[in-house]
Amino acid sequence: MRYAYYPGCSLHSTAKEYDHSLRAICTRLGIELVEIKGWFCCGSSPVHSVSSLLASALSLGNLMLVPKMGLQEVFVPCLACFSRFKSALYNLENEPGLKQKMEQVLGGRWSDSVKVYHPLQILSEESQLASISSLVKRELAGLKVVCYYGCLLTRPPKVTQFDICEYPESMDRVLRALGIATLDWSYKTDCCGGSFALTRTDIVLKLSHDILEGAKSVGADAIAVACPLCHTNLDTRQEEIERTYGTDYKLPILYFTQLMGISFGLSPRELLLGKHFVDAERKLEEVSRHA
Amino acid sequence: MTETAKETIKVTRGFSDFSETVKSLSGLDVNWCYQCLKCSSGCPVSYAMDFTPAQLVHAIQLGLTDLVLNSKTIWLCASCQTCTTRCPQDVDLAGVMDAVRIIAQREKIKAKVPEVPTFYRSSLGNISFFGRMYELGLVLTLKLLTRSFTKDIGLGLRMLKKGKLNIFPSFRGALAARRIFSQVKAMEKR
Repeated sequence: MRYAYYPGCSLHSTAKEYDHSLRAICTRLGIELVEIKGWFCCGSSPVHSVSSLLASALSLGNLMLVPKMGLQEVFVPCLACFSRFKSALYNLENEPGLKQKMEQVLGGRWSDSVKVYHPLQILSEESQLASISSLVKRELAGLKVVCYYGCLLTRPPKVTQFDICEYPESMDRVLRALGIATLDWSYKTDCCGGSFALTRTDIVLKLSHDILEGAKSVGADAIAVACPLCHTNLDTRQEEIERTYGTDYKLPILYFTQLMGISFGLSPRELLLGKHFVDAERKLEEVSRHA
Repeated sequence: MTETAKETIKVTRGFSDFSETVKSLSGLDVNWCYQCLKCSSGCPVSYAMDFTPAQLVHAIQLGLTDLVLNSKTIWLCASCQTCTTRCPQDVDLAGVMDAVRIIAQREKIKAKVPEVPTFYRSSLGNISFFGRMYELGLVLTLKLLTRSFTKDIGLGLRMLKKGKLNIFPSFRGALAARRIFSQVKAMEKR
């Protein structure tokens, strides 16, 4: 299987570990990711608040590069990018005249066959789950994980067309295929505050505190995430949250791809676990059993 | 809105001009809203807003333009899409928020939460110049513009040490991005 790959800005900076671990597990699963040459930013969270035309143009401009690679399907691991791309495709279908405007702005023909996937969409398919289970070398059976999906993987459902919008299960299915126990909890799709991190940090601290508190209250050892913004808020701000609210979590926040990598027997070094602010390695060492 | 008790309020038939403006910009019709308050109950940031999302929609229905554009609410919406997802009348409220933010910026309204539109401008300026987001550059620009020099210094240094922030920008994709920015600007002027 071959997919075009749009890492997005975060996976080249604040979330390099997500990029490394995703590439590593895809190699193991026989999924080839070809990075789009010359990709640029999708406009992320600010663009839709400033110009709807620019929002569509930045997304579709990137997606237009995909057919030029001889591919039609693109992997988009960052949820801000995923949401931008899916919204652009949705608007293209539902807004009369937008396609012509976009072709004019972008100076090219739009091919309707381009499809955008978050990695979880592909990895949670039945056939992939079987391959995932067969690759497990290190069992993390003692690890209790809550899956945090964030806002934009499933919302709004008419745009994302994926999973159950209020209580998704795809990441739980992937981690369960690894033999990891995932817990039920109430904060799967609650907002972490997203891009308010740089402007109204107080909002991020409150919302991320609620999420950490929810994870702790069900007895989770770690939170699995699928988005670099969620990771930054929950991991790098965790100490600040603890200081602000007088709490003590020390909850490792791991990309689901890192948990897959560890289970596949990859080293913490290959998965860049050392980049996290909250140490995860000790917890993983405690609970793991080599198969 | 009323300055004296004697001021007459003009009642017109049909929908307010402001709701029509929102509709023409975004294709979204707030007049479907029947105030069930699901949006406001589920909104994670409503605690910090001056008007709940449902009140804001009501204000748009009534044509209270000043109230809406001068509210904190429009800048504090996190675009988490919970309201849009749950609305029984299919009012895409997060999309409505986008539309009113765009109107407020176009009308050069002094924002009640000024750091938020500053962040939008700095981010987009950053992307149009570098092509890919240059985070360190964005953080430094924001510090200058919002005069928050000491905020997050420790966090930033730790992120640099962990290699989570690139010291140098990439410039790959910059030409294509700049071209799109200027093409869109030209189209919007027409």
